Amino acid sequence: MLGKTLFLLCLASALSEPLCLKDTSDGYKVRISIKTALGDEAYEWNENEMFLFRATLAFAMRRYFNREDFNVSSILVCDETPRVSFWFVVVSPQNASQLIDKADVENAIRMSRHRINSAFLLTDSTLEFIGIPPTYAAPVNPATPPWLIVFGVVMGAVCAGIIGLLVSTVLKKKGLTEDENDEEEAQDKAVENGIACEDLDGVYNRAFPDDERLTKM
Amino acid sequence: SHAPLYHTQYQGVQVIMMLHLPNPGLASKILSHEQLEQLDSEEDEDRPKWDNKAQYRLTCVGFAVGLGNVWRFPYLCQVYGGGAFLIPYFIALVFEGLPLLHMELAIGQRLRMGSVGVWNSISPYLGGLGVASLLVSFLVGLFYNTILAWILWYFFHSFQNPLPWRNCPLNENLTGYVTECEKSTSVNYFWYRETLNITPNIETSGSLQWWIVLCLATAWCLVYICFIRGIETIGKAIYVTATFPYLVLTIFLVKALTLSGAADGLAYLFTPNWETLKNPKVWLDAATQIFFSLSLAFGGLIAFSSYNPQKNNCERDALIVGCVNSFTSIYASIPIFSILGFKANTNYNDCRNRNILTLTNAFNIGDENITLDNYDDWLSHLNNTDPSEVESLHLKTCNLQTFLDQSASGTGLAFIVFTEAVINMPGSQVWAVLFFVMLFSLGLSSMFGNLEGVLTPLLDLHMVPSWIPKEIFTGLICLTSFAAALIFTLGSGNYWLEIFNNYVGSLPLLIIAFFEIIGVTYIYGINRFNNDIEWMTGQRPNIYWQVTWRFISPLMLLVVFLAYVAIEAKQQPTYNAWNPNYVDFPLADVQPYLQWVYAICVLLSTLPVVSIPLVALYKLLGFLKRRIMNRHNQNPYENEAYVGDL
Repeated sequence: MLGKTLFLLCLASALSEPLCLKDTSDGYKVRISIKTALGDEAYEWNENEMFLFRATLAFAMRRYFNREDFNVSSILVCDETPRVSFWFVVVSPQNASQLIDKADVENAIRMSRHRINSAFLLTDSTLEFIGIPPTYAAPVNPATPPWLIVFGVVMGAVCAGIIGLLVSTVLKKKGLTEDENDEEEAQDKAVENGIACEDLDGVYNRAFPDDERLTKM
Repeated sequence: SHAPLYHTQYQGVQVIMMLHLPNPGLASKILSHEQLEQLDSEEDEDRPKWDNKAQYRLTCVGFAVGLGNVWRFPYLCQVYGGGAFLIPYFIALVFEGLPLLHMELAIGQRLRMGSVGVWNSISPYLGGLGVASLLVSFLVGLFYNTILAWILWYFFHSFQNPLPWRNCPLNENLTGYVTECEKSTSVNYFWYRETLNITPNIETSGSLQWWIVLCLATAWCLVYICFIRGIETIGKAIYVTATFPYLVLTIFLVKALTLSGAADGLAYLFTPNWETLKNPKVWLDAATQIFFSLSLAFGGLIAFSSYNPQKNNCERDALIVGCVNSFTSIYASIPIFSILGFKANTNYNDCRNRNILTLTNAFNIGDENITLDNYDDWLSHLNNTDPSEVESLHLKTCNLQTFLDQSASGTGLAFIVFTEAVINMPGSQVWAVLFFVMLFSLGLSSMFGNLEGVLTPLLDLHMVPSWIPKEIFTGLICLTSFAAALIFTLGSGNYWLEIFNNYVGSLPLLIIAFFEIIGVTYIYGINRFNNDIEWMTGQRPNIYWQVTWRFISPLMLLVVFLAYVAIEAKQQPTYNAWNPNYVDFPLADVQPYLQWVYAICVLLSTLPVVSIPLVALYKLLGFLKRRIMNRHNQNPYENEAYVGDL
């Protein structure tokens, strides 16, 4: 009897398909590059780190579904390579042979991506989930673009300079014309032009012959 | 039988040496030496003057040294085999550049007028030359200041961290980058899309890009404030704008030589490739580069030297300006190419690192086990074990030479290549700000010459009503130029700027310079010119100037002009369009010019120079009319019908 039960159990377990496979359609491949991220402070990837990874993923699933039943045992890992890369699938805590939907897994990871990265001191590019695009930080858009500020400063200085120069030119011209007016007034006083007032009938022109009644013209 | 042959030959040479077209009335139109001396002693001249010699020399150097010294000469050096290019360059400088430069400075100093006045005085039939110079200066000023506006745009954006051309912008739903940016590079995207917002071809005009209009207004205001009182304010501004670029170039030189890969760039630049000297295009490009680099035929140099005192050594000035210009070109190419070598090195390492990452991921090898050093060993090992897998990865062959060959000139060098290099330098903002301020100073000092070539002739001819003060008139010119240059702020503006650059800034100048030297040597008279220079500098020009002025320079100009036309006419004119929908994007979409666009190109080339024959024809018609009228209106006192002895 015991032998038959054992045989049936073995048969059952042998017939059931393994849940975690390389290139499985319900799981994700993870690629970790510790040395690239941390350089000299890189830590060794071992079973303990793997345990932390599975625990972090379980935390992500808990957070997403808002249930408290996911455990480390819900995360199945396979095909580990020296790269460090591996595949994982998530099984439902109630039914060990039922896989959680790929879309749900993706959403859960995206929601807690930052926490997962921080647990390992890595970033989106060094802890890659192949197939899940990294979430980009929303671009910081300041109220006024900084270039407009610089433009305002430069343009303001230049316009002030132009106005200043034009005003100073106008003032200089006004100062000049006032000086010229003063000079002209000084010259308006009558000046003698040197012709003696006595000889008002001019100088006699001896070249003109006045003894001819008829001119030759 | 020998002697007569020799005699005839000698007579032939003598004829050419004495060739002097009849020019009656020349003496009455220009002030003679005695009148000039009297004017000088009376100090009655109300023409503006330079404060000191240094201002004049700096202004001429600033006019000659422009953007082309930084972004055209290094490119030509690189394309035409490095050190070997210097040979045709110096030959062109000695036989073409310096004689023309000396002639322009001397004639301006002697006749003391802007370009229109000078050529009108030499001969009324040559008056068109001055008009042509004026038109070319105006048209070149339009697009040159637009380039300054683009430089200002980049300068305004250099005060951010990170620099805006470093990363691609995200698309709307924040899942990835904008496709246009991903396919090309972030630097290209920032230049073509965020700066120019360029249209796919020249027929699509797009709309006015308000941000470029703002930058253009700033550029014109900056030019105006320096020009507001003529050479009084230019002379002050030039102390900064002419010397600052040298300071920045030195800083860049010191920094660039410390970057890794700089040696590759310098070796690439200066390795002489003597084979290129057999290509006639090298000689043509050297001649045109010297010619445009010295800013000849714009009329600006004539205007600047007309403000000089009369007894000024223009020969020394010409030699100084010419040599400083060439020295600056060579000096600028050193940091430029060090930085380009650094950029090529960075790209090369990035290419190899990408290959390493691909291999690491495909074969699940440990992180950072493959490094740049052992990459080749790993590759051969993997190729032996699994060649099909390696082939399926499509690894790019990374070749340093390919990256070094990616040269660029013009706006491509400044706004694409250099900005990419600056991102990788620590302290990018500082380098970017320094670089763009340097480019702006270079361009601003050249703009002074352009605007002077427009203003001085107009002021000399008293075409300005006297109730308009000079400042307002200068402002009006700047406003008109700004309005006309708005065409370059359209979506297709960059394409139009290329057209202006290629067709206005090239052929017309060659034609004007040719007629200038013929005019001075043969119509003004080389003997009179020699006397003038002897009076001004104290010594007669030596045999080198005589030979180049009379024969070599006009001949060289003619050959260069004919070769230029021949080469241009052979190929159908095309332009590189930035078309995101192009099949091979991001490669340039090479498009031919449409008929109406090509007609505009031809018009731009011929419009300035058509004034030369037009004015000559107009004066000739006037002269003929006077002759005919004289023949009909006889002297009323002369009665040929009266026969005295009847």
